[in-house]
Amino acid sequence: MPATERREKVSVRDLRFFYGDNLALKNISLPLYEKHITAFIGPSGCGKSTLLRVLNRMYDLYPRQRAEGEVLLDGENILTPGQDLNLLRAKIGMVFQKPTPFPMSIYDNIAFGIRLYEDIPKSEMDGRVEEALRGAALWNEVKDKLGASGLSLSGGQQQRLCIARSVAIRPEVILFDEPCSALDPISTAKIEELMDELKEEYTIAIVTHSMQQAARVSEYTAFMYLGELIEFGETSKIFTTPADQRTQDYITGRFG
Amino acid sequence: MALTEAQLAKYRRRARGGRIRMALSLGATLVGLTALALILGALVSKGIAGLNLAVFTETTPPPGSTGGLLNPIVGSVLMTLIAVAIGTPLGILAGTWLAEYGAHSKLAGVIRFINDILLSAPSIVIGLFIYELMVRPVGRFSALAGAVALSVIVIPVVLRTTEDMLRLVPTQLREAAFALGMPRSLVIRRVVYKAASTGMVTGVLLAVARISGETAPLLFTALNNQFFNADLTQPTASLPVVIFQFAMSPYKQWQDLAWAGALLITFTVLALSVFARALSSRTK
Repeated sequence: MPATERREKVSVRDLRFFYGDNLALKNISLPLYEKHITAFIGPSGCGKSTLLRVLNRMYDLYPRQRAEGEVLLDGENILTPGQDLNLLRAKIGMVFQKPTPFPMSIYDNIAFGIRLYEDIPKSEMDGRVEEALRGAALWNEVKDKLGASGLSLSGGQQQRLCIARSVAIRPEVILFDEPCSALDPISTAKIEELMDELKEEYTIAIVTHSMQQAARVSEYTAFMYLGELIEFGETSKIFTTPADQRTQDYITGRFG
Repeated sequence: MALTEAQLAKYRRRARGGRIRMALSLGATLVGLTALALILGALVSKGIAGLNLAVFTETTPPPGSTGGLLNPIVGSVLMTLIAVAIGTPLGILAGTWLAEYGAHSKLAGVIRFINDILLSAPSIVIGLFIYELMVRPVGRFSALAGAVALSVIVIPVVLRTTEDMLRLVPTQLREAAFALGMPRSLVIRRVVYKAASTGMVTGVLLAVARISGETAPLLFTALNNQFFNADLTQPTASLPVVIFQFAMSPYKQWQDLAWAGALLITFTVLALSVFARALSSRTK
């Protein structure tokens, strides 16, 4: 990846995060490069999911959780109090660990998000739904049963439906929080393939417990440990010649 | 593995203890079921005799002549409907606030505590309360007062089930909706309610089942009426009160009607409960 082509879509600067009085993220600084995939790895409790949930301010739903520092999205700090969180989250989509289809039809699962921001005629909506489902490599499997409940799909299909739902509202960044941990290897492969296509258009961050997955899908990797960012760099470098001993120990399976 | 004599002996002792406890549980279950069967048996055998078309088409008779239960049936249905119409929105809104907005606040704890008291409040006290509030000031018993008294019973039941059902909705589903940039009110109305809908409907059905047999709150509020009445400001007959009145009377026709009425209520409540259960188990 030539360094000149990359642009910082999101810049995390000196981010500190608190659960009550408990400091969970200690002065994290790292970039998310536009149209690249960045993986967050580290043992459980290291703060990687917390970091992800800061990026779309999901933590705001809960009392006694707060963030200090800066998270710049295209240069604008999203941690400022005046932020419209709904608009922010429309720009920064999220896919969760367990598939979370809404209790409605496959079609409505996609259309619902679009309708939040756009009034478009049925014919155009049909097109958008198809486009989103194609984008998530799900169209061929569901095109004949768009009226069926989203809950009737298999786990892997549900997860792709959730990705389609995120993509449908045309976000700029997509956050994946261990998107494959509830899926079998075949579904996992499909999701990984999909992420590879999605990065043509979107900036992607993924939290994963699988180092193989991080190595397969990402171009940049951040290794976190006990709330600190130990090392950030190109995935190939992190996995072959890590600078820090702890990174080395983790990726070779010696702790974590 | 080969067991020693001592290990086998211990195993046999434990197995014997298990059999004894099993027999005791079975016995207890049988006692409960027998009581239920006896009640239902008596109810059906005596109630069927009094049950005929006239029960649904004629009003309550004066002593010594024949008639039906039309006015108490209509009164009960009317008051139950109004009570549900008042109690359901209040219960659902309050339950929603507890589960979605104020979950961790001090106020929520206070409201839950008060609601628990209300849930177990003796219904006669509720009747007296509404009597003071709505009957004494106007000097007249009325169907409206009866309905309001019943709605006071509906609210805590609906509130509790609504909160419980909303809490069962996985946090991730909520977060997924928020992650699309959905405002909170929409997340609740379009996603959370939808995921919890059968449970919430079950709560309302259980509340209906609960109030359809209530007598005490109606004695002080709607009282009774020998004649057909659909005017909400007038005293109104209801099945439980008429059953009470007729069952205590010395007249054979009245007693038969009381049995028929008791059968009607019991099976309505039973049907509602079974339906509510079927509804909630189907979604699991």
